[in-house]
Amino acid sequence: MPLAIETSLLTKRYPSQKEGPPAIEDISLQIPEGKLFGLVGPDGAGKTSLMRILASVMEPTSGSARLIGFDLHRQAEKARNYIGYMPQAFSLYPDLTVLENIRFFADLQGVSKTRRRERVAELLDFARLTEFTARRSENLSGGMRKKLALACALIHEPKVLLLDEPTTGVDPVSRRELWHLLSKVVQQGVTVMISTPYMDEAERCHTVGILNRGHLLISGPPAELEAQLPFQVVEVKARPRRTLREVVATSQDVLAWRAVGDRLRLMVADPLAAQQRLAASLDQAGATTGILRRARPTMEDVFIHLVENRGDRA
Amino acid sequence: MNRLWTITRKEFIHIIRDPRTLILVIILPVMMLALLGSAFANEIEHLPMAVADQSKTDASRRFVDRFSASGFFDVTYGVQSEGEIQQLMDQGLVKSGLLIPEEFGRNLSTGNPSAAQFYVDGADPLVAQTAQLAIETISQATSQEILVQQLSSGPFPMELRLPIDSHVRFLYNPNLRRMNFLIPGLIALILQVQALLLTAFAIVREREQGTLEQLIVTPLRPWELMLGKILPFILVAMVNIAMTVAVGHLWFGVEVAGSVTLLFVLSLVFLSSALGLGVLISTISRNQMQAMYMSTFIILPAVMLSGLIFPRENMPRLVYWAGYLMPVTHFLEVIRGIILKGVGINYLWQNVWPLVIFGVVVFLASVLLFHKRL
Repeated sequence: MPLAIETSLLTKRYPSQKEGPPAIEDISLQIPEGKLFGLVGPDGAGKTSLMRILASVMEPTSGSARLIGFDLHRQAEKARNYIGYMPQAFSLYPDLTVLENIRFFADLQGVSKTRRRERVAELLDFARLTEFTARRSENLSGGMRKKLALACALIHEPKVLLLDEPTTGVDPVSRRELWHLLSKVVQQGVTVMISTPYMDEAERCHTVGILNRGHLLISGPPAELEAQLPFQVVEVKARPRRTLREVVATSQDVLAWRAVGDRLRLMVADPLAAQQRLAASLDQAGATTGILRRARPTMEDVFIHLVENRGDRA
Repeated sequence: MNRLWTITRKEFIHIIRDPRTLILVIILPVMMLALLGSAFANEIEHLPMAVADQSKTDASRRFVDRFSASGFFDVTYGVQSEGEIQQLMDQGLVKSGLLIPEEFGRNLSTGNPSAAQFYVDGADPLVAQTAQLAIETISQATSQEILVQQLSSGPFPMELRLPIDSHVRFLYNPNLRRMNFLIPGLIALILQVQALLLTAFAIVREREQGTLEQLIVTPLRPWELMLGKILPFILVAMVNIAMTVAVGHLWFGVEVAGSVTLLFVLSLVFLSSALGLGVLISTISRNQMQAMYMSTFIILPAVMLSGLIFPRENMPRLVYWAGYLMPVTHFLEVIRGIILKGVGINYLWQNVWPLVIFGVVVFLASVLLFHKRL
């Protein structure tokens, strides 16, 4: 399968980072055409730097990147014909209306007049903005702005769509809607790369890359990454919580644990044996056990495992 | 070409969507001209004068009358001594003083030279020079008159003629109205400030707003972006020049002696280069603060070195030539040439080609310095 995005040892060091680690270091990625790639990592991991380099908005300090076969350093203008880019911050004109913004980018991208009419109508419908065409974009809600930005990024039917944290700061309903729109885009064969700080969103991607402190820790399909974890996960809920914590903290079976909502997630080597022994210890300590069962590993488990292991080595 | 038009149209929408700014942009230059023009409208005359006439003779009174009759001086205080004159000047109540000593009338009638002491507030050299010139002229004229009178009424009457009778004819601005000189200069200055401010934020605003990031990903060429930013403001600035020239005519009575069409065509050339300079500032600025600073520090020498206020002929050579680096210096020659002298393009050409070159250089520099990267 041809590659939509290919990077080799990309490094970006800002002028202010003369000392200390660079923003991103030695990132090598291969994303096949038509895939939905999720770039996850905490704030400051280097997601925006990588996105900007891939959008040809910023030059890397070293390393190279190709989009649809075009070298981003030497053939940036050619590559740009195929890139749809949505920066993290709202970057449309606030005093222009929804329709004016879309048309502006259509004309800049050289969409023909006849095609423009169809395409604008299509995207307005797609983003459910048809009834707001005359509204200035400064008067749109956060979610609607994101949808407008998405529509503008898609106006010239790009082959690669780069979205930098499109769901950050967006309400849950709009988030779902955005993801729904994205899945439609992917269905049309567009390669999508999306960055997000939310691990749960990573599960929706074909492939996930985990970025931390400028390094790509791992990449692969979410299910594979989860399956590769060297432990299983057990979920437990018991009262009093203090007793539960004491039992968990002293248990030989528990490799690591953390609280998620009202329960604890325990990383264990042998879930069956661990569950039995824990049930017994909790009983003995006088706690009432609500839930004690195996749970599916999540991207969050993967992320925390990777980050903590790296932390140990560092 | 389509993209250029797209940018131009977008800039027009920005202008129209912000009517308050548009009104300011249209009205303020006219108000500025009216204000600055009125401030300098008065010629230097009616300087308040304190007179200490210790002679108290017919001759001394006639001498004083000559000063008040000239219009340059108003005798506002009659005092007794030199000390009082100085006191009034210290208080800022008079700008000039005249002390006529007691023996003035006697000396005159006996044909001896008579002294009169003048005092001039030298704080403002321009006022002082004007006053000095007026005093010397009036005194000399009076002396001549007395001389002629004495000779013709003496024991051996003779008809006396001055050996040299000089006549000065002023070409251009025959009435020496300061307005005719000042208004074209003010129009040039206001347009320079206006043009610089209109475009100094053009690119850097998009950079700060984050919209530049989105523009970079499009096939837009740097020259299309730059020119697209300049074009709408050429129209705005042309409205400014039409209105300021109209106010100069209707309010200050400064008529355009030459061709109005030529004035507009050459203003267009000047505005393009001045707007281009703004775009260059905008291109090399990282934020709007920097753009503001840079434009302010370009405007200041433009005012001082262009010959608007201080005559350039007296400046040191280096500064004199540096003045030519600013478009407004050339435009001053052009606008004064057309409004004041009524000359045509063949005389103005030497100031037009530097404007064209300046515009081209500035535009090319903006295009080359603009990298399609953040």
